[in-house]
Amino acid sequence: MTYSAKRRRASRRPLLAPYLFLTPAIVLFVLFLAVPIGYTAYLAMRRTRVSGLGLGGGSRREVFAGFDNFAAAITDGELWAGWLRVLGYGAIVLVVMLGLALVFALALDSARVRLARFGRIAIFLPYAVPGVAASLLWGFLYLPSLSPIRAVLDVDLLGATTVTYSMANVAVWGGTGFNMLVLYTALRAVPRDYYEAARLDGATETQIALRIKIPLLMPAIILTTVFSIIATIQVFTEPTTLRPFTNTISSTWSPLMKVYRDAFVTGDLYAAAATSIVIAAVSFVLAFGFLRVVRDRAFGEG
Amino acid sequence: MTAVTTRRSTGLLPTAVLLAGAIYCLFPVSWVLIAATKSPGELFTTPTMAFGTGFLSNVSDLLAYRDGVFWLWLVNTFVYAGGGSLLATVVAAVSGYALAKYRFPGRALIFNLLIGGILVPAVVLAIPQYLLFSKVGMADTYWAVLLPQILSPYSIYLARVYATAAIPDSLLEAGRIDGAGEWTLMSRVALPLMVPGMVTIFLFQFVAIWNNFLLPFIMLGDDGKFPLTVGLYTLLAAGANQPALYNLILTGALLSIIPLIALFLTMQRYWRTDLSSGAVK
Repeated sequence: MTYSAKRRRASRRPLLAPYLFLTPAIVLFVLFLAVPIGYTAYLAMRRTRVSGLGLGGGSRREVFAGFDNFAAAITDGELWAGWLRVLGYGAIVLVVMLGLALVFALALDSARVRLARFGRIAIFLPYAVPGVAASLLWGFLYLPSLSPIRAVLDVDLLGATTVTYSMANVAVWGGTGFNMLVLYTALRAVPRDYYEAARLDGATETQIALRIKIPLLMPAIILTTVFSIIATIQVFTEPTTLRPFTNTISSTWSPLMKVYRDAFVTGDLYAAAATSIVIAAVSFVLAFGFLRVVRDRAFGEG
Repeated sequence: MTAVTTRRSTGLLPTAVLLAGAIYCLFPVSWVLIAATKSPGELFTTPTMAFGTGFLSNVSDLLAYRDGVFWLWLVNTFVYAGGGSLLATVVAAVSGYALAKYRFPGRALIFNLLIGGILVPAVVLAIPQYLLFSKVGMADTYWAVLLPQILSPYSIYLARVYATAAIPDSLLEAGRIDGAGEWTLMSRVALPLMVPGMVTIFLFQFVAIWNNFLLPFIMLGDDGKFPLTVGLYTLLAAGANQPALYNLILTGALLSIIPLIALFLTMQRYWRTDLSSGAVK
């Protein structure tokens, strides 16, 4: 590059550089996000038409189906049963996991806590355990022949009524640490003099936690709740991995498991595509519905 | 005096809460650590928290299982998680830098689109990704698991936050006045300043890929290409009603979590969810 060219580049704002730097991300976005989403939408509106006896090469054709697949997904009783199971499971996971994450974050941030470093590392540790391994470990801990829990608590942890709680426990165990870290990080950003001022006014540590820290944490709590709602609705790994331990978990226990079965076991890709769009839509409605409600209640941000 | 006593008494409750949480979180990990040392006979007969004598034979049994397929799973997992998160970190760092330090038409749109990816459920993507990979004959290959995990919206978000905090505009301006090109500024000035943030991004993406089950489960059919998560699942599905295989499964579970826990304990200071404060303390 000549000297004058260098001068020219220095004197004006770079035009092309940011687009070039963003090219890899945009290409990946198009290939692995935009195109698959479009393809799902396309598949969801198609179906196979069998002509004649269904024999021979040309007798099966893919045709436009409009919203038939969506209608079928919305009126599918098996899917509804799955939704109800996941709503029950999700309610337990969200309340217990985020409740524990908040309690642990407040404990870590309190003025006179001991062993904070050990506690933080230990509680965050399950984050490093894959969902499959976590379900597997707890699955063995629930198994009557091995369970040390059964020695204390005489309950069939894999029974028809208890399995939802047992599964929720796996998700709580795996997810609390990360959410605790997010909330604790948000707490660390609060200027310490807020608390000093409150102490001078005679506030106890509990009052500081309830009256100052939790209100300040609200935006972070809302954010972690929204992401947890989206993740919980798509539960797949835990029930799939716990299935070999018990016959109380069906192959369509959660909506996502039904999508998997439709796509790869029964081979109905069109139904699977429509159902997965319905799952995405329900996640969005619940997540943003929640956001809307809490925003309207009290807060200006979220 | 009263102030001191109240403070000491309030310190007791949070410490007890943290200890209870730590015991709950460490319990399954310590249980599998002990269970994996037991021989098949000891597993059902000895007390839960007593170490057994069969650890080495369990490991060699696992090694021998189906001609050593377990080690293949371990290597595959390192390839997917290591390669995928390395590429994801570079893509995220360059994108985050561009989004943080340049003003250009379409900036907000591109940022919102890329970040919006966080909200797209994996299920909407995995099946069409599988079908599209099948069409080009790449389903059931390493690429089918590696490529979709390079774009990480959360990583781009973190990289942008970090670039904003860690790279002074004045440094870039000074570089431009000295005649440095944009590519040089990015590779010689911006990226070196972003290294601590990139380590954090790498770690989060490494764990995300290491722990991913749905994508490889859908993409792969050949068990020689499985990562540990899918491999463990097939091991469990085959052995859940054969108590003789429990030792193998438990040892496999233990070995599959050791690398991540080691990474996690040695890189403590990089595990942060907030990168807006710039350099790591």
